[in-house]
Amino acid sequence: MSAPPLSLEPKAARRSGLPSRMQFPAAMAVLLAAVAVSLAFGGQPSTFSDLWHALVTPDSSAMDVTIRELRWPRTLNGLVAGACLGLAGALTQGHTRNPIAEPGLLGINQGAALAIVAVTALSGPPLPFVEALLAFTGALVTCSLVFALGSAARVGATPVTLVLSGAAVSFLAGGLVSGIVLLNEAALDTLRFWQVGSLVAREGVLDSVWPFVLAGAVLAAANIAPLNALALGEDNAVSLGVSVRRSRALGIAGVTLLAGSAVTLAGPIAFAGLLVPHAARAVAGADYRRLIPLSAVLGSALVLFADTAGRLIARPGELSVGVVIAVVGAPLFIHLARRRRLVRL
Amino acid sequence: MSTAFSPDAAATRTATAAGRPGAPAEAPPDAPPEAPPGVSLSARGLSLGYDGRTVVRDLDLEVPNARITSIIGPNGCGKSTLLKGLGRILPPIAGEVLLDGRAMTKWPSREIARRLSMLPQTPQAPSGLTVADLVSRGRHPRQKWYQQFSATDESAVGSALEATDLADLAACLLEDLSGGQRQRAWISMTIAQETGILLLDEPTTYLDLAHQLEVLELVQRLNRADGRTVVMVLHDISLAARYSDHIVAMKDGGIVAQGTPADVVTAELLEEVFGLRANVIADPLTGRPHVLPIGVA
Repeated sequence: MSAPPLSLEPKAARRSGLPSRMQFPAAMAVLLAAVAVSLAFGGQPSTFSDLWHALVTPDSSAMDVTIRELRWPRTLNGLVAGACLGLAGALTQGHTRNPIAEPGLLGINQGAALAIVAVTALSGPPLPFVEALLAFTGALVTCSLVFALGSAARVGATPVTLVLSGAAVSFLAGGLVSGIVLLNEAALDTLRFWQVGSLVAREGVLDSVWPFVLAGAVLAAANIAPLNALALGEDNAVSLGVSVRRSRALGIAGVTLLAGSAVTLAGPIAFAGLLVPHAARAVAGADYRRLIPLSAVLGSALVLFADTAGRLIARPGELSVGVVIAVVGAPLFIHLARRRRLVRL
Repeated sequence: MSTAFSPDAAATRTATAAGRPGAPAEAPPDAPPEAPPGVSLSARGLSLGYDGRTVVRDLDLEVPNARITSIIGPNGCGKSTLLKGLGRILPPIAGEVLLDGRAMTKWPSREIARRLSMLPQTPQAPSGLTVADLVSRGRHPRQKWYQQFSATDESAVGSALEATDLADLAACLLEDLSGGQRQRAWISMTIAQETGILLLDEPTTYLDLAHQLEVLELVQRLNRADGRTVVMVLHDISLAARYSDHIVAMKDGGIVAQGTPADVVTAELLEEVFGLRANVIADPLTGRPHVLPIGVA
């Protein structure tokens, strides 16, 4: 950390170049574009004018039905799941002050999936509402496990020990998921869903999950002020009047609800929670008052773009959204982890 | 920005302070203002430690109101631990810290944060944080989570930046600043917190001498201007003597001596507390004790 001599006046910070009042509207515009392409393009060749027709003058043509009954629920699903993933990622990175942490890499998503898959194998498919509760339980248990493992060292959880223990737990949970699903009449689609995730909307899930999503979003908002204080270190946060234990509880509750909801909606999608907060930080700097809302919007946009890309690349089949995001996310992860000085959060 | 210390300026200031009408005759030339009825801070039978290891044992301390107090002592004597205890970052094993006569543990944390701010040693800020961002975080205890940044917050941040000469650098990233500027930015955050008591844990660590003076001059201005009570841990005994009204010397988790710099910083005490043989002379500029080490006792 070489300090410049006093005579050299440091330059004012340059970020994205976007003035702060334009950042959120710009992100919303990106999201709107993501929704539009997600509705307009898919396995069936179609155009924006087909989308216009389906939205404005719908009849019972095959394309109208495809758009209104297949693509619309799928898009809505991605919109909500993406926002959850973005928020959960921002909360996880903020609370761990770890730039390479996210629910996917920490195994929290896999833990949520494991809970659902295990109970399904034992007693048949549960109601979507119960499924969500199972996801929260799984997320909470893995979350505690990973943090206990990662901070077992005397120095506490460093960015790398935390992610390593997360990887271990993630592999374990993922392995168990495969094992259980394969034992039970090897349904490839089910396995694919609970291993890499998909936005194909499952009947009735969004209807029962949205209250939890809402609660998670409120918790994320309540985390903004404590996160801004905690970003200065725990001692400073205490000095600023923040109760560290209560804030952590608030954070874990938020991550549990958001990651669990995302998994119930779309399976365990990894890397979205990593990519999105970094993108938001590049746009808006280190202030969680801007980072949290931006992470929600950019999360939705990323998931929708990735899903649409997956549908276009492998036409007439499709590439799972989780795979597309991993293709973008893995290199970023390697880049972040290889940096000699990690980004400080 | 000319923040380097100039003896001339100090001499002038000293002279004007001494010439101030109504200044008590027996007061040192740069006497602090009369103590306003501020918030009091004290420790009673305080024991502190980590993981079952007691570092500070059964300690009593009355922090003088509206004065600068420095805690000195050898490494590991418990001075930083004591400061953390006073700032309720470390809960007591036994005894209590009293803020305004009421045990710290009985106060809501946010209410404490409106009366007392504490700057830990070498704090770390996240990347991408500007000076203004950092200083505005000092407003946390005065905001509700659903509230936007108010005009009051805005003006408090503005004056905190002014007080630390950082207004021109408000939009700069913290990581681009020099060590001294960065430390001023952190102190600026605690100013924006608008507390009557300021605790600083080794605010001059890793700074060269000019930057150390820059920070200590700022601390002195804060005390003289608003009657803030300051408690800091300092390694440099001569600087502590120069900038403090009250010195607390610690050894092995207890207080060995306390009082004015002239009373505490003596050759005998240095030998007893630090195991250091030294000549103590009067600083020709300030008359305060100045330590010239001879060797290890």
